Amino acid sequence: MTTAITKYLVGIGRTVMNALWRIGIGTRFLSLILLNSGISFSRFHLTIRELFFSGVMSLIIILVAGMFVGMVLGLQGYETLKRYGSESALGSLVALSLVRELGPVLAALLFASRAGSAMTAEIGLMKVTEQISAMEMMAINPIARVVAPRFWAGVFAVPLLAAMFSVMGVFGGYLVGVVLIGVDEGSFWSQMQSNVDFQHDVLNGVFKSCVFGAVVTVIALFEGYDAPPTAEGVSGATTRTVVESSLAILILDFILTALML
Amino acid sequence: MPSEALVEIRDVNFAYGHRPILKGMNLTFPKNKVIAIMGGSGCGKTTLLRLIGGSIKPTSGYVKIGGQVIHELDHAGLYAMRRKMGMLFQFGALFTDMSVYDNVAFQMREHTNLPEEIIHDLVMMKLHAVGLRGTHNLMPAELSGGMARRVALARTVALDPMLIMYDEPFAGLDPISLTVVGNLIKRLNDALGATSIVVTHDVQESLKIVDYLYFVAEGVIIAEGTPDEIRASDKPFVQQFVNGEMDGPVPFHYPGGDYQQDLKLKHTELVKFNKRKVTVRHFGPDRRQKK
Repeated sequence: MTTAITKYLVGIGRTVMNALWRIGIGTRFLSLILLNSGISFSRFHLTIRELFFSGVMSLIIILVAGMFVGMVLGLQGYETLKRYGSESALGSLVALSLVRELGPVLAALLFASRAGSAMTAEIGLMKVTEQISAMEMMAINPIARVVAPRFWAGVFAVPLLAAMFSVMGVFGGYLVGVVLIGVDEGSFWSQMQSNVDFQHDVLNGVFKSCVFGAVVTVIALFEGYDAPPTAEGVSGATTRTVVESSLAILILDFILTALML
Repeated sequence: MPSEALVEIRDVNFAYGHRPILKGMNLTFPKNKVIAIMGGSGCGKTTLLRLIGGSIKPTSGYVKIGGQVIHELDHAGLYAMRRKMGMLFQFGALFTDMSVYDNVAFQMREHTNLPEEIIHDLVMMKLHAVGLRGTHNLMPAELSGGMARRVALARTVALDPMLIMYDEPFAGLDPISLTVVGNLIKRLNDALGATSIVVTHDVQESLKIVDYLYFVAEGVIIAEGTPDEIRASDKPFVQQFVNGEMDGPVPFHYPGGDYQQDLKLKHTELVKFNKRKVTVRHFGPDRRQKK
């Protein structure tokens, strides 16, 4: 019995130590990216290229998701506000929900699933096929040439995608609230304009998005770079990217919201 | 080997964890020669290449290239040294998101400030040298294994390195591609005045193109010599390897426990087989006892 408990405790300890160890290595990886970021800006076309693959290629899913989230917000918000006779506040409800929370969080979650997993798989497969080793043997630092441009592309892409998500969400809310249900168009937009504060709501949302972008991208790149060079290793790393990124986004969202309120 | 040594490996020991891979290795690679390192799978050949490339450090001993000890170089020094090296990986390791042209131009763009017109001419010359000028617009996925290996070879020699390393360059190639790649290794080495180290299993192809061979087994050099000396060698290991014999000093089986124990053999019995009584060993529980 005692042995079983000891084994259980040892197992927990080992898991915690491994997690701390990985966080440490991940932090070192992030510092290496930051130290080797010069090339991402001096040869900005490398970052632009990655911005296209991770950002532009994610636009469709972001726009469609944003539209439907906004439409659902319009429906649910109208139903709730109607009870208090405040249907005219639908515009500000939709906009505030999107700009403060749903835009940054959902865009980051979608980015993690769409672009983050692709980044992990790509870097992992580059390891499997010895492309990373080949680059090192050519005296080219793969962190500077391959990883850092992807990192900065992620940091730039997520706030832009979150903005697009929010814009489409507002449009979806407008379609349902104003066009379908018949909320007054003037009050929809004027309430939104008067209640959404640029600094407190919009900039805070942008800040959140930047943090989410950095975290999701560094997790994706680290998992890919650290993946065992096997099919199973890359598959496991891709799964971990989505799970860890999603949890990190939701936990960080709570922390950032608490700090910024 | 009378000419001056470009690479010297002296008393090198290396282990992965507690598993020793190289035990007191001593090798010399003279300038302008093609030298093969041969041996069975897992004997430490690729580890030797990684030591020369500075990817790993020896537990003891040193690897010297052009008079510089590799593991004592700092990051900048190691990268400066690697610019003078080229390495052909087993399956080419071409960058799959770039065309053949961009793969060959990659190092030129990264390490030089050459104008794009000159890079274009150089890329075409390198591709022409490996007979694949016509593929410059193709992507790596559109190439056969042999063609990918040749494009990778063009990329390896893009900056005219003084040392070229080949990790299993003949693996998985058809006989024609094998001869083509073998000849290219020899021709490019002569044309560039470089030194080539070829890690391979392919004895017959190697004997045609190399100037000197080292045979490695269990982390030590067990035979070495020119192709003629190797052909004439009566050492059992060399004979087994050159002739591809199953029986010899290189065991077929990886060391393991008792075979009967692994099969959980429990008892034997006599049964009729082809009208003869033969002894059959059973594993698992004795069914007769159950009955």
